[in-house]
Amino acid sequence: MTLADAANLHTFVDAFRFIGDNFGFLLGKAAEQLELSGAAVGIALFVALPLGIVLGHLHRGSGIAIGASIVGRALPSLVLIAAFLTLLGIGFVNNMVALAVLATGPILTNSFDAVDRVDPDAVDAARGMGMTGTQILRQIELPLALPLLFAGLRVAAVTVVATAPIAAVAGGGGLGDIIVNQASYRLAGVLGASICVMILSAVVFLGLLGLQAAVTPAGVRRHRFLGTSLEGSPE
Amino acid sequence: MTLGKGPPVVIPNFGQGSSCVRGDHTLCWSWVRDHWHDTLGPALVQHIELTAIAVGIGFALAFALALAAHRVRRIEQPVGIIAALLYTIPSLALFQFLIPFTGLTWTTVEIALVSYTLVILFPNIVAGLQSASPDVLEAARGMGLTRMQTLLRVELPLAVPAIIGGLRVAVVSTISIATIAAFLLPDGLGYPIFLALKDPTPFKTEIYSAGVLAVALALVCDAALMLLRRTLAPWARRRLA
Repeated sequence: MTLADAANLHTFVDAFRFIGDNFGFLLGKAAEQLELSGAAVGIALFVALPLGIVLGHLHRGSGIAIGASIVGRALPSLVLIAAFLTLLGIGFVNNMVALAVLATGPILTNSFDAVDRVDPDAVDAARGMGMTGTQILRQIELPLALPLLFAGLRVAAVTVVATAPIAAVAGGGGLGDIIVNQASYRLAGVLGASICVMILSAVVFLGLLGLQAAVTPAGVRRHRFLGTSLEGSPE
Repeated sequence: MTLGKGPPVVIPNFGQGSSCVRGDHTLCWSWVRDHWHDTLGPALVQHIELTAIAVGIGFALAFALALAAHRVRRIEQPVGIIAALLYTIPSLALFQFLIPFTGLTWTTVEIALVSYTLVILFPNIVAGLQSASPDVLEAARGMGLTRMQTLLRVELPLAVPAIIGGLRVAVVSTISIATIAAFLLPDGLGYPIFLALKDPTPFKTEIYSAGVLAVALALVCDAALMLLRRTLAPWARRRLA
């Protein structure tokens, strides 16, 4: 083992020691970060989910959905956070709005896709049975769309939780406060907080995957469980 | 010239600049003009370099891995799940995580950026290679094509739309994530924004001009790749639009 390796090992040992010594403090910071992320995803859901579902049900506005995904991806989180800081001032609100904008893209695109791509034969059959549009939406399209709807929520939530530390440069609070303040917490603290952020994101990802499994009807479960988890489907 | 080296660039330039700059108005063209050569231009070039290196290496690696997965289908599902999990690692945390090994260098940033492009490109290339229908493959075999010929003449051309679709996501995401490199390095379009944010009263023009450049770069690359796909694979236009 070279000297450099030993130094690295020490840094990580120190980082884990920092986590052990400041567990309560880190937990509080993580809660702060989840609060900010939850508020942002909540706003995005409130705006984008109904819009995406209705557009998908009507099979209209694919341009809006595709445009939202392209523009959403092209907007760097740092740019959004900085721009909203100049508009709304430093603190919770500007970060919440910036992160909500970030979450809107994946939720809108996936909810549109989810409902738009429901098997047309299933919808035709339902219509043949005399179901109204609302009944079709509630009893056929939404259950079948669940996996993709959740994929959108998952991408949005993980993106927001992962981005929230960056908001620390604009008074965001949370674990990012430690990451951007190496002068106070030293590399061990920064690294410890980074490890906590990684764990937090993974927990959110797995938690939503579990929730999805719990609420997905058994008949739908087999197909496309992971959905487009990376937004990576061509187009 | 790069920021952080050579003579210090004082940003924001309150007190010296035009009345617009002194008053921190929404967008001062005079500042953009004055600082194109020492701030915005170099940052844009660095940003393109950061992105090009990451996507280049990431694409080569992803392509090799996808060809392997195409041969050995069993590894596709586990690799896909690992990739999805990897993608949840926040960029800022990943950068910090690598610092003990590679320091505050471009290597650190590129390792992180390449990982993300890999995670995006691998599933797309695999899906593309598998998009040839069994009938088409059987026809290829019936015509006497070897496995290698089938790959080169049938499967790869059919995979072009999916591969370029993946490239679009990878390039745009990388341009976005590369702004976070400013937390480590005085390079890229994120750095002017990062500097402005350190000031108690952030200079608006600096944030907006660098931000608009980053978004414009992403949209231009996206449009260019879309055009490339239409040229290389015109048949995919109707089906995927």
